[in-house]
Amino acid sequence: MYSASDLRKGLKLMLDGDPYIITDFEFSKPGKGQSLYRCKMRNLLSGNSTVRTFRSNDKFEPAPLEERDMQFLYAQGNEYNFMDQENYEQIAMERELLGEAVNFMIDNMEVKVLFYDGRPIDITLPIFVNLTVTQADPWAKGDTSGTDTKPVTVETGYELQVPPFIEEGQKIQIDTRSGEYMTRVKE
Amino acid sequence: MISSADLVLRNKVIDTLRGFLRRRGYLEVDTPIRLPVLIPEGNIEPVQSGEFFLQTSPEICMKRLLAHGHDRLFQIGHCFRKNERGRYHLPEFAMLEWYRAGADYRDLMSETETMVRDVFRAVKPFNTGLPRRFSKITVAEAFSRFTATPAIDAVAAGDFDRLLVDEVEPGLKGMGSVFLYDYPAELASLARLRPDDPRMAERFELYINGVELVNGFSELTDAGEQRQRFTVEIAAGGGAMPEAFLADLENLGPAAGAALGLDRLVMLAADAASIDRVVAFAPEDI
Repeated sequence: MYSASDLRKGLKLMLDGDPYIITDFEFSKPGKGQSLYRCKMRNLLSGNSTVRTFRSNDKFEPAPLEERDMQFLYAQGNEYNFMDQENYEQIAMERELLGEAVNFMIDNMEVKVLFYDGRPIDITLPIFVNLTVTQADPWAKGDTSGTDTKPVTVETGYELQVPPFIEEGQKIQIDTRSGEYMTRVKE
Repeated sequence: MISSADLVLRNKVIDTLRGFLRRRGYLEVDTPIRLPVLIPEGNIEPVQSGEFFLQTSPEICMKRLLAHGHDRLFQIGHCFRKNERGRYHLPEFAMLEWYRAGADYRDLMSETETMVRDVFRAVKPFNTGLPRRFSKITVAEAFSRFTATPAIDAVAAGDFDRLLVDEVEPGLKGMGSVFLYDYPAELASLARLRPDDPRMAERFELYINGVELVNGFSELTDAGEQRQRFTVEIAAGGGAMPEAFLADLENLGPAAGAALGLDRLVMLAADAASIDRVVAFAPEDI
């Protein structure tokens, strides 16, 4: 059981029968009044956000969530297949559940899969991934008129802005939280 | 951790407050911060210190001095309240309290306005950031303007604080500098009730841009009634009867007092988004 003073950003708990994560948290206490805990929370199943205010005597059940280290094996159509690193059990997740993560996933990548009540509901990628550029316009040396970035496509089909010196076939590092280019990876 | 500029600003705010109160004949005092018994207040959790408690406010000692014939008193010191931590809360925070014999809450509202203006003028000379006149709104008016529930009903339903924080305070934010006053009697256990309407207590809070800055009231000086109210608080939230305080209260004439959250005033002066930015060290930095 959690009590209100345990509430903080990132805590996962049950509310109205669904698992939620607190995405924003504010403590407030009017003069002479009760402590109030205002939480912005995201439903981990539907993705919907809600704002709720709790009091100091409110109690919460922890969400029965489990995170497991898994390896992304391959995608087949709409299904993404993963293998548990410990017991080699394989599972499949539908593309919709993965959201933007599919932009950064390549075969054999190690990820963390979040299970609720035994079924996978979300994955966490490494913060940085290295992906190969599969399509890029050549860099016109001495071109000072253009902007300082250009669009490229990486092996997952994801398109992003990079510095003009990046060429086809090179590897680049991408921050999976923002989807932005970080640096060129030297092989 | 605080920046050098804000450390200097903080000092200037404190200097200005001291200067203002001294010019008005207030005596600065320093009373014990470890106390054997506190004012029983259900919503405040004290920090134990051996057999004693750390003060949750200097009110008990200041009012005893007032009862002993010192007519104008102020104190700047630290107060301790367990489990209060947020953008505007620290479990150890700085407070200015001042008390004035012969005054009521209206006198202190006007003194508060002049004092806060003085501070803003000292630290923000080219832009006071304050309106020409602070506005005033009763709790009843504020609830009818910003919520669907009358204040008295909200108290009865135990929903006053939530509605205040979720609906009234955002409304007050849009009013700039505003005194919220005449609180339901249940929410002011140390304040005098209005003689013409005993459902209301002579209590005010000053909000600046939605930040609750000053709490003040006309003091309840009837020791018998104060004992009754403490009995209710103790039954609900525990604590002991502050007998020495009640004994001195017998000798207290009409008076009013107010408490100003010093860290929050520095936040407003520094345009800081978090209280952490205006104290030398936040708890996590120590």
